[in-house]
Amino acid sequence: MQTKPMKRRDFLKSAAATAAAGVAGPAVWSPAKAQDRKETLLVVSESGPNNIDIHGRGTNVPGYEVSWNCYDRLISHEMKTLPNGVEYYDRDKFKMELAEDMNVGDMSVTFKLRKDAKFQDGTPITAKDVKWSLDRSVTVGGFPTFQMAAGSLEKAEQFVVVDDSTVRVDFLRKDRLTIPDLAVIVPCVLNSELVKKNATAEDPWGLEYTKQNTAGSGAYKVTKWTPGSEVIMERNEAWALGPKPKIRRVIWRMVPSAGNRRALLERGDADISYELPNKDFAELRDAGKLNIVSTPFSNGIQYLGMNVTKPPFDNVKVRQAVAYAVPYDKIMDAVLYKLAKPMYGAAAGTPTEAVWPHAHTFNTDIAKAKQLLAEAGYPNGFETTLSFDLGFATINEPLCVLVQESLAQIGIKAEINKIPGANWRTELNKKVLPLYTNVFSGWLDYPEYFFIWCYHGKNSIFNTMSYQSKAMDALIDGAGAAASTGDKAGYEKNVKGFIDLAFTDIPRIPIFQPYSNIAMQKNVTGYQYWFHRRLDYRAFAKG
Amino acid sequence: MLLMIAKRMLLAIPSLIGVVIVTFLLTRALPGDPAAYFAGPAGTKEAIEQIRTKLGLDRPLYEQFVRYVKDLSKGDMGTALTTGQPVAADIRARLPASAELTLLGLVFSMLIAVPLGILAATRPNSLIDHACRVVATAGVSLPVFFTGLILVYVFYYLLGWAPAPLGRLDVFFSAPDQVTGFYLIDSLIAGDGGTFVAALKQLALPALTLGIFSLAPIARMTRASMLAVLASDFVRTARASGLPPGMVVITYAFRNAMLPVVTTLGMVFSFLLGANVLVEKVFAWPGIGSYAVEALIASDFAPVQGFVLTMAVMYVALNLIIDILYGLIDPRVRIEA
Repeated sequence: MQTKPMKRRDFLKSAAATAAAGVAGPAVWSPAKAQDRKETLLVVSESGPNNIDIHGRGTNVPGYEVSWNCYDRLISHEMKTLPNGVEYYDRDKFKMELAEDMNVGDMSVTFKLRKDAKFQDGTPITAKDVKWSLDRSVTVGGFPTFQMAAGSLEKAEQFVVVDDSTVRVDFLRKDRLTIPDLAVIVPCVLNSELVKKNATAEDPWGLEYTKQNTAGSGAYKVTKWTPGSEVIMERNEAWALGPKPKIRRVIWRMVPSAGNRRALLERGDADISYELPNKDFAELRDAGKLNIVSTPFSNGIQYLGMNVTKPPFDNVKVRQAVAYAVPYDKIMDAVLYKLAKPMYGAAAGTPTEAVWPHAHTFNTDIAKAKQLLAEAGYPNGFETTLSFDLGFATINEPLCVLVQESLAQIGIKAEINKIPGANWRTELNKKVLPLYTNVFSGWLDYPEYFFIWCYHGKNSIFNTMSYQSKAMDALIDGAGAAASTGDKAGYEKNVKGFIDLAFTDIPRIPIFQPYSNIAMQKNVTGYQYWFHRRLDYRAFAKG
Repeated sequence: MLLMIAKRMLLAIPSLIGVVIVTFLLTRALPGDPAAYFAGPAGTKEAIEQIRTKLGLDRPLYEQFVRYVKDLSKGDMGTALTTGQPVAADIRARLPASAELTLLGLVFSMLIAVPLGILAATRPNSLIDHACRVVATAGVSLPVFFTGLILVYVFYYLLGWAPAPLGRLDVFFSAPDQVTGFYLIDSLIAGDGGTFVAALKQLALPALTLGIFSLAPIARMTRASMLAVLASDFVRTARASGLPPGMVVITYAFRNAMLPVVTTLGMVFSFLLGANVLVEKVFAWPGIGSYAVEALIASDFAPVQGFVLTMAVMYVALNLIIDILYGLIDPRVRIEA
């Protein structure tokens, strides 16, 4: 890249040692490079970052992965081990990262910074860097500001520098999501002096600079980035906020063809791949040559949504009829190859639990669906359109075809409407699609968080059904209030209440909880599931 | 000759202006909304509006156009939102990758197709003529992504002869210092034989894929044009004068049959440059085609406009080169100009 000659030179220098071995064998790795290979992780995925700063305008999800690994936050999460052996982040246990101590008061939380922590250029991290970074996240607008606001972090005045190594975050209101929201990817700490030096009058937060340069203290730094083709990250040797990462270099290549990603894994050339179709994952798992880890998306559900403001879906009986007509088992088998958690078919009368995602009691029952549809006044069915996002066509297309087939059996003629990925959000946000399938997943894994976005009458963009219910709002608000005061019984009552109501009113039909599927070589260890579902390189090792 | 080149250049200006206007309008007519796309999954209405203002998409169309042309005259094609880089820099980095691949594919294709066409024409309805027909038909009817995947499956997955389909270089090689942007040439300039071999290995399968696809037009055109020339009076005369058959075919017939072949080559080259998107996808090739498609999917206007404009300029340049080649092959063209 001509735009950043410095970086390339650095990279060349570091790569010189590896290239010195001379002509390569036919495979990616030749024996002479064995040691290097042991410390290098080759990751392949379909798409790469468009910006390596999560505060940037329009940073895509792969960009989050770079931010997570190249920046540190005040706090993070501890890990716990699931019964199947997968390391999973512990929602309720926080780990100190840049902070050495967190003191939660009634209306504020105070962080003491570690004295030894330094940015990658060697400058010590001070409270004013932390404040500047948090100010930045609530000011730049777009996704970062939105995510901060989800934890009632909205104004720069909330972040106060007490002394050089102490920062206080004042609460706007009591919200139990405030502390967890400080442990997500967005509130990362940037080297404020370095970024300010590269900022301009039109760009006071230096977004243009951080778009292509990492300016943090994290365990990795980007040494080369060719947009659309590869990202190379090297370990920050001075990083001391945790055990020293075993992987010295991460090479992340974009391989658009899923078939080739699979071939690279099977040939042993790539170490890790994600974003493979479910069919490939199922086959790789059965072949047993690779390590396959499937973990349900935390707080995420793929659903069938209905616009409840217009006939016919304004009628609850029609919605229930559709819920009885969805071919759930077929979708699980033929579309998902069982790599998903069913969100349907709980036995009738199962007591509702205060957890989310939660299975509902609908099952495929065409006779019952027909009867409900007749009761609703549509004995001969009706015509509608069923829309989906082409960006996720591997799942959405067969799913919609199966639903269409099944709906035809009860007289509903659904025409399939394929919407290109670029256009999907716009169409969905207009809230005029009568029937569609979509996924929602929240970083913060709390039932009320999901419901505020998806079911609350304040009609956020994720309430794609335009669902309005006073009773629902009262239950969601009640759960939030109970949680902030620690009223466990009241909280559970409200959560059970809103789950029950969501299933009787059924404005959206949960179908399954998707899995995050990772395939890796047998000698790769240390995979951790994070709420953001991206990789944390710090824990990886190769045996 | 110079006069002809100048004339051609002048003629190209209206077409370029047309291309600028049409691509601008076409990209604006795309259904997607870049502001909504880049606001991300959590973009609120306000966030989307904010991005729209920042991108200048809230201005009237003519104002956007004037701004676009002004920037363009300074050589600024805008910034790609998908990669976050200036479009001009992206294209500069990616065009050589596509061009190197396409040229190599074309060379491979010519090496096979031209002799095959000549042989088929000199022996019509023989075994070699049928073979030429079958090869050409098979090559053109197999979609490139299919040929590409089959080649990867056989030569990489099963046999392990080819390197991993991971773009222009093995992960452990660093790119040679950029001079031409063609890795094969740059690595030779740098005197780095290892990198040259590695780059050639990476190029082999995708170039083969493209070559197979472009066999048909070249082979068929060579055959047809050779047949016509071989049936002409001067060839009969040459034969009657007792010239050796090889000399008749190569020196007299082939040179005269070259004109339509060169035209076809130009067409095929420009067609391949745009159409190798699928090959680039299969081999993770960081070329210009996959760049344009990714931008298109994201309704990212600037790279799409930049891509179309670059292609248009290249077509114009290519046509010019072909015209000049015409003059070299056929002196009559020179006299007419």
